[in-house]
Amino acid sequence: MSEAVVNISERKRAPLARTGAVGPAPLMTARGLCFDAGGQRLIDGIDLHIHPGRCTVIMGANGSGKSLLLRLLHGLITPTGGEVRWQERPLDAAARQQQAMVFQRPVMLRRSVMANLRFALSVRGLRGAERKTRETEAIALARLDALKDKPARVLSGGEQQRLAMARALVCAPRMLFLDEPTASLDPASTQAIEQMIEDARETGTTIIVVTHDAGQARRLGDDLVFLHGGRVVETGPVAQVLDNPRSQAARAWLGGRLFVPATP
Amino acid sequence: MFRRSFLGFAAAGLLALGLAGPAAAQEDFIVVQSTTSTQNSGLFDHILPIFTDKTGIEVRVVAVGTGQAIKNAANGDGDVLFVHAKPAEEKFVADGQGVSRSDVMYNDFVIVGPPADPAGVAGMSDAVAALTMIAETEAPFASRGDDSGTHKAELGLWAEAGVDVGAASGGWYRETGSGMGATLNTGTGMGAYIMTDRATWISFGNKGDYQIAIEGDEKMFNQYGIILVNPEKHPNVKADLGQQFVDWVLSDEGQEAIASYKVDGQQLFFPNAQ
Amino acid sequence: MESFSAIMAEALGLILSGDPDVIEIIVLSLRVTLSAVAVACLIGFPLGATVGAFRFPLRAGVIVVMNTMMGLPPVVVGLLVYLMLSAAGPLGVLGLLYSPTAMVIAQTILVTPIVAALSRQVIEDLYNEYSEQFTSLGVGPLDRVLALLWDARYSLLTVALAGFGRAVAEVGAVIIVGGNINHVTRVMTTTIALETSKGNLQLALALGMILLTIAVIVNGLLMAIRGTAARAAYV
Repeated sequence: MSEAVVNISERKRAPLARTGAVGPAPLMTARGLCFDAGGQRLIDGIDLHIHPGRCTVIMGANGSGKSLLLRLLHGLITPTGGEVRWQERPLDAAARQQQAMVFQRPVMLRRSVMANLRFALSVRGLRGAERKTRETEAIALARLDALKDKPARVLSGGEQQRLAMARALVCAPRMLFLDEPTASLDPASTQAIEQMIEDARETGTTIIVVTHDAGQARRLGDDLVFLHGGRVVETGPVAQVLDNPRSQAARAWLGGRLFVPATP
Repeated sequence: MFRRSFLGFAAAGLLALGLAGPAAAQEDFIVVQSTTSTQNSGLFDHILPIFTDKTGIEVRVVAVGTGQAIKNAANGDGDVLFVHAKPAEEKFVADGQGVSRSDVMYNDFVIVGPPADPAGVAGMSDAVAALTMIAETEAPFASRGDDSGTHKAELGLWAEAGVDVGAASGGWYRETGSGMGATLNTGTGMGAYIMTDRATWISFGNKGDYQIAIEGDEKMFNQYGIILVNPEKHPNVKADLGQQFVDWVLSDEGQEAIASYKVDGQQLFFPNAQ
Repeated sequence: MESFSAIMAEALGLILSGDPDVIEIIVLSLRVTLSAVAVACLIGFPLGATVGAFRFPLRAGVIVVMNTMMGLPPVVVGLLVYLMLSAAGPLGVLGLLYSPTAMVIAQTILVTPIVAALSRQVIEDLYNEYSEQFTSLGVGPLDRVLALLWDARYSLLTVALAGFGRAVAEVGAVIIVGGNINHVTRVMTTTIALETSKGNLQLALALGMILLTIAVIVNGLLMAIRGTAARAAYV
């Protein structure tokens, strides 16, 4: 494990403790998380504590490992080193049932809007009246009532992403992963998605969102994790990191410089 | 007219949706292993309805080469064997596969050739002499080469002429490895002489400018025999129904039915049951 | 040899005349082929979906075998089925030889590898698109296969069509196990073979045109279905 990461882990605790909003037990913990592919270390010894009810924003340049980290935390891919723990226990399929994820490009089943929601509920074993109620609520949440019988894949990008959000939230996850959910959307659609994220937070859902949009990070996030070269180079409250970045990598990225040196 | 065909198609589509069940409700049927020559000549289409009308027994004909027909029957896949290769038939009975063999009818083989007649054999009636001339001039000759009755008869004539066709195979002697019809299609296409049974030739629809070159030799008589497959060897054989068919074919009525079949005014088969 | 237009005219005449023998042959052809394709899909779709949606040891070997079996020679299949169903064979007691059922069995063996191999490809492509979402949703193995089969339904129609094309045009296997018995196991392809051997080339070609026409109709119908599905982005 690199020196930088140790420093960051130490630095990280202070601001979180100062806010006083977090309980002692993290919902999710990553320890020494590594991922290698093609002889390259893409994620290099990441430590993270995610506390319940918080919204954590992950930022960093393209290729810094943001999406990969999200997939490792959600358990879509298996780390080659270290581990992810969910409520102090190994992350397994049962734990993943309490999580959901929305991808940058929504994956729509080749079915109607309603059937897409129904599928998510069905795989959780929900049937009959309860499924019906939840479907209807989710459709209303995504404001897709008028489109519920349309094929999902003919919807606009914004509508599809709203449906993906509704499908992720319909099972009432405790943790929601969002991988650049508004990256290819217009401002109105972006606002609609952000509203849905806010609504989810109100109900206590813990959120981890990857974004390139500093404004979005400020609007949504509590904590910011800045990645560079597969390592966490800086963490802290969103505003603090964005206004006074301490690491060279974060300063460079926020300053719009293309070249970022490998060491912080 | 148009509406009827449309309805026909619609009905076809509906029927097609059902799984293939038993094709016919009729349970009284026998399977006859026979040869392409009898089938293709139309003889069966002529005589079988007469038999079925009389007895209510449906006759299902599997028409293959005599060699394959005998093998199929030896597997028990048929109730009656109706072919034309006397030695092989007698061996079939001697092996216990068949009950007994009876002569039914004969037709004769002819050798057809192109109008150019490269071997100069047109009009001959001595088959052995004609084949010798074909071999000497190396004029193309198409053989079925499929172990059928016709093929066996042809090989017998070559042997008598003292010609080793095995050595010439691939040269002027060409084995198609197919049925009579396919061999005629191929042979006429390459300008070869072809030995065929007269029945198949008369009803063959793709003669082109071919004519019969050699005919009338007693050695080219083609005897058909009928055998009930041995139920003791093959318990599934419908011995009773099969015997009824054999008896009918050999009866005066059956023999008359065979004699009365004509194509273009020519009688194709000559009954000679004892 | 007659001209092409004469052959077309004869084919048209054959259909319009409503000759019961011709209708019977067409109906039996469709019955046998559609039955075989239905059974092949019943086996091949789940098989292809399973291989397409899961990773397991020797998977590459299974795919190679499936792809190779697509090229099974019909005559060999016909002979194998004949040996099984022959009175002297292990399944002889069933008495299925020289029946339409025997033809369905032979064609099913020919078509199943095609359906399985092609649906494996279709399902695998779709699964590559869905796999992260499915893992995220916690979709179990059975739900995974069923969902992929359902979502690939229009592509699988094309797969079934490929099987139909192979089966309906096939002669080598059905003539051996069916015996080409008039009014019992005579189908379009065996009739074409028979008429060719009788030298009735024009009639054989006319029947070939009918066969082709049926294939065109079936293809057209599926194309229309797929077109509708494509507008719903279901393909």
